[in-house]
Amino acid sequence: MAAKRLAVPPLKAAVFLLCLVPLFWLVWQGFYGGLGANPIQALERRLGVWALRFLLIALAVTPVRQMTGWSALARLRRMLGLFAFFYVTLHLLSYVGLDEFFDWHAIGRDILKRTFITVGMAAFALLIPLAVTSTDRMARRLGGRRWRLLHRAVYGVAPLAVVHYWMMIKADHVEPFLYGLIALLLLSWRVNKSLTARRGRGPKISIPAGGPARP
Amino acid sequence: MLLRQASDIRPSEITDRSLYLDRRRFLSVGIGAAAGLVGLAGTARAAALTGYRKTMVLAKDAPTPFKDITTYNNFYEFGTGKSDPSRYAPKYFKPILPWTVTVEGECAKPGTIGYEDIAKPALMEERIYRHRCVEAWSMVIPWIGVPLATILKRFEPTAKAKFVQFVTLMDPKRMPGEMMPILDWPYREGLRMDEAMHPLTLLAVGLYGQTLLPQNGAPLRLVVPWKYGFKSIKSIVKIRFVETQPKTTWTTEDPQEYGFYSNVNPHVSNTRWSQETERRIGDFFRRKTLMFNGYGDQVAHLYAGMDLRKYF
Repeated sequence: MAAKRLAVPPLKAAVFLLCLVPLFWLVWQGFYGGLGANPIQALERRLGVWALRFLLIALAVTPVRQMTGWSALARLRRMLGLFAFFYVTLHLLSYVGLDEFFDWHAIGRDILKRTFITVGMAAFALLIPLAVTSTDRMARRLGGRRWRLLHRAVYGVAPLAVVHYWMMIKADHVEPFLYGLIALLLLSWRVNKSLTARRGRGPKISIPAGGPARP
Repeated sequence: MLLRQASDIRPSEITDRSLYLDRRRFLSVGIGAAAGLVGLAGTARAAALTGYRKTMVLAKDAPTPFKDITTYNNFYEFGTGKSDPSRYAPKYFKPILPWTVTVEGECAKPGTIGYEDIAKPALMEERIYRHRCVEAWSMVIPWIGVPLATILKRFEPTAKAKFVQFVTLMDPKRMPGEMMPILDWPYREGLRMDEAMHPLTLLAVGLYGQTLLPQNGAPLRLVVPWKYGFKSIKSIVKIRFVETQPKTTWTTEDPQEYGFYSNVNPHVSNTRWSQETERRIGDFFRRKTLMFNGYGDQVAHLYAGMDLRKYF
């Protein structure tokens, strides 16, 4: 059993390497001038966009798995979620370390005064407990039900990330709109799923005329 | 002249500026002053401007490289990405010439003026100015242009002319961004009369010794160095003298965020950017933003007694 868990399936290994491509591409461009005249801003923005993409990819795992019946996808979900956390952490570090160069005073005021930064920070803060409890051990310690409940916080992170992106842009909201649309589709699929599940359960529960019996 | 008393003008810098390697390179590419117009009309490639005087160096730092000035632009008429204008403007924005500016409104002699009547060696000056974008980045640009006042006076604005409005070309075929409902096209800007007549205010026709590239606002644009970059409207086709404060594009878009004056002011922050610091293109560290972008000695008197937090 232990030996089996250590072995990394080839699909997972391939996806892992694929997830690192955007980072290597950005580093490469950074060294060879591909990030343009304002490389710090370009890096910061692109890391942010990649964080949002990974977040949406992670959120797409369950719907795609259920629609296609490709159950192997389930094993990628945690890794993809952690990559979203990885890129958002790099995005935050590029803001703190490169853009503001650890000017905590300025960063503090940005968080308080600039709503898009407040929202972005809230999204990041919500992701921290999810990353911390992502290990098997933590999931066992929390227990399946509580763990699942906690990890539903990601449904709040996605809209916050889209709002953060939307508010950062002066005009031309096409891109954040598209990401928002994808987030909306992924979340409404879940709402729909849970509603159908509840409706499906309906006829099986017979409620007596006097209301449900109290235990 | 009073303007030359500014603390950051050094005589040594004025002489050195003519020796930029970049300019030499582009001069050798250029075909001469007269052929410049042909170049502009034909291939949208810049051509050398000659015969201008070097009058003011009002920035003590080295100019931003030509490549950065011409590839990092905000010109939504060609797309909202920073590299969109340099990618698309040379492709779509042609021919540029002939170009005529209509001047109308509260003036005794309304009429038109052609690009060739403005880009005259006798009128042109090189001015090295700091350029501060509202997005908290900045550049140093060696502009070539004509003081706006020189041009405006010809049309004899009347006592009723309290403001000047500027309008960019509206031609979605040559400016495809105008097909997108991003802003309320055409782009419009405005200045108070005394701001427009101020000696620092320039009608630019070139930079780095050559005609403006389409992504920089060819063939002529405004340069108001103490205001955020978006006030310096590009590719102007209309100038109108008006009695009341005119509508301007970004103020219409979001009046809370972009004021009519939009003077560079580190004490008044924007919804998205604290304006206390800026990143000079090419620098790693941010630098402190200066009141009126460092041109307070020359322009602060225009705003004496005004609450600049209210009139931001």
